Amino acid sequence: MVHPVALFLRTVRARAYPRVIGMRRYPSWIVQEAVLPLLSISAFAFVYRAMEAPEQYIGFVILGGAMTAFWLNVLWSIGAQLYWERDTGNLEMYIMAPTSMMAVLAGMAVGGMVLTLVRASVILLSGWLLFHISFAPSSWWWLSGVFIVTLLALYGLGMMFASLFLIGGRATWHMVNLLQEPVYLLSGMNFPIRILPAIVSTFAAIIPLSLGMDAMRQLIFVDIEGLLPVRVEAAILFILSIVFIALAQRCLIYLERRAREDGRLTVRWQ
Amino acid sequence: MTHAAIRTENLGRTYRRGRAKSSKARVASPGDMIALQDVNLEVRPGELFGLLGPNGAGKTTLIKILTTLLAPSTGNAWVNGLDVVTETRALRPQINMVSGGESCGYGVLTVSENLWLFTQIYGMTDKLSRERIDRMLTMVGLAEKANTKVSHLSTGQRQKMNFCRGFLTDPLVLFLDEPTLGLDVNAARVIRTFVREWLAEQPDRTLLLTTHYMMEADELCDRVAIIDGGKVLACDTPSALKRRVQRYPMYEITLTNPQGKRSNFDPSMGIHQATWTATATEEILQVALEDASLIGYVVQQLLGDGARILNLSKIEPTLENVFVELVGHGITEKGNA
Repeated sequence: MVHPVALFLRTVRARAYPRVIGMRRYPSWIVQEAVLPLLSISAFAFVYRAMEAPEQYIGFVILGGAMTAFWLNVLWSIGAQLYWERDTGNLEMYIMAPTSMMAVLAGMAVGGMVLTLVRASVILLSGWLLFHISFAPSSWWWLSGVFIVTLLALYGLGMMFASLFLIGGRATWHMVNLLQEPVYLLSGMNFPIRILPAIVSTFAAIIPLSLGMDAMRQLIFVDIEGLLPVRVEAAILFILSIVFIALAQRCLIYLERRAREDGRLTVRWQ
Repeated sequence: MTHAAIRTENLGRTYRRGRAKSSKARVASPGDMIALQDVNLEVRPGELFGLLGPNGAGKTTLIKILTTLLAPSTGNAWVNGLDVVTETRALRPQINMVSGGESCGYGVLTVSENLWLFTQIYGMTDKLSRERIDRMLTMVGLAEKANTKVSHLSTGQRQKMNFCRGFLTDPLVLFLDEPTLGLDVNAARVIRTFVREWLAEQPDRTLLLTTHYMMEADELCDRVAIIDGGKVLACDTPSALKRRVQRYPMYEITLTNPQGKRSNFDPSMGIHQATWTATATEEILQVALEDASLIGYVVQQLLGDGARILNLSKIEPTLENVFVELVGHGITEKGNA
């Protein structure tokens, strides 16, 4: 009998594998995933430059573009993943296997993170080369820590979405679309979130992307005032990541129970 | 104490209309679909057990309950002594399932990578999984496609790959749901041969096979349950089932008779049935006899009436005959699925 931890880790590695290997086998993804987003980032950067806005604003946009890549990955790849797995006929194989569905989702998340990390790096590098923005973090440790808890919270949210989207059935597409655009605004993708009205920015604080970007901007562009102090934002992100991952697990348990009772939830062509 | 490999007790499943109702609700509403009703089965360890029925008979529903994918509405089921509802964690490492026509896997991965991925969710080591993958692919004649992307496989090749997936984890109880559906004759034969060899390797392996191919069930299964409309109509060995529909030995005689005379047989001699049919050049006589030794009397009678016998053969009943007898229609007849 295999140890549960070993089973979990093997599953994570195995499920991350198609994502990672897909990058190597179909390198054309880089055009769509990294070069195209750079066009919209450039548009904002040129506007700020034309308005003679502080150079940090262009840095905001580039960092926003990089981090938004993670948000899109969470929505389209992680959130909608169980939906895709169902349609390809894999979902029942996963449910029937001795592994936990959390391990399957974690594998999807790890694969997604690797892919998106490359994409975000390409955006940052291109931004640095094109617009000569210098990134000088006040603390690499804090920056790395904030980045990691932001990813944990973001992908925890995505893992929770995965079950909810599957339960939502055909409405999945609408849910994903519904979440995509407002988050661009609420997360302050292209501007400092602090300029939003207090009530809106408070609401935005439950979106890990908003807090994560705000904290990272404070750390990278030292003289920027953020929504909350970095330590507080990091603490909130840490709590959010625990809450979202715990909720994701609860949602999976609910999903499996619903699927077994309903008999249709995990079957193709619903 | 040795427990049954599979046991069901008054097992039932109703698909409820609408989303909110639990499948456990007792009162069926209009539009609810009863997929299984009071199914009582016991499959012994080491047995190759067949579920035979038309589309919509409830075979897949039964398999999904036994593989923990679906909750029963009524009754209970155990696999290897473990309850399929309450002991899923202990049960899942011991079972696996392959459905014919399924398309699981990732197109970006090769055949062996896909199979490796599915072994990992059962916790197999890389070394063991590679060994088994190589062996399985060789067995089903897919070794040369090991490094081909799944998206480049034909339907039959993909089905063979999925067939391999089920065996790789070496389950104690394996469920094959229409495994040869859509496969060509050769591929289906390879699959059937492998199934027999796999079972023979270890006596504690059990296999439950659903099919609507009568010949497949007849050829492979130790016992067969005939299922239709969610109910088990009969369960026995294929030969015992066939005996049910043929109380007396039957013979078919092909003959010509230049005199154009058809013989009459005395029922008191033990000839229970004599049916004549004619073709353009010859006549065919089917007789049901009290005892096989009476065929001599029949032949003498025919020769005495001037007939020339061209062929004589014993008629063996098929599972198709059993199915028609029990269900009232053929397994593939439209409108009855």
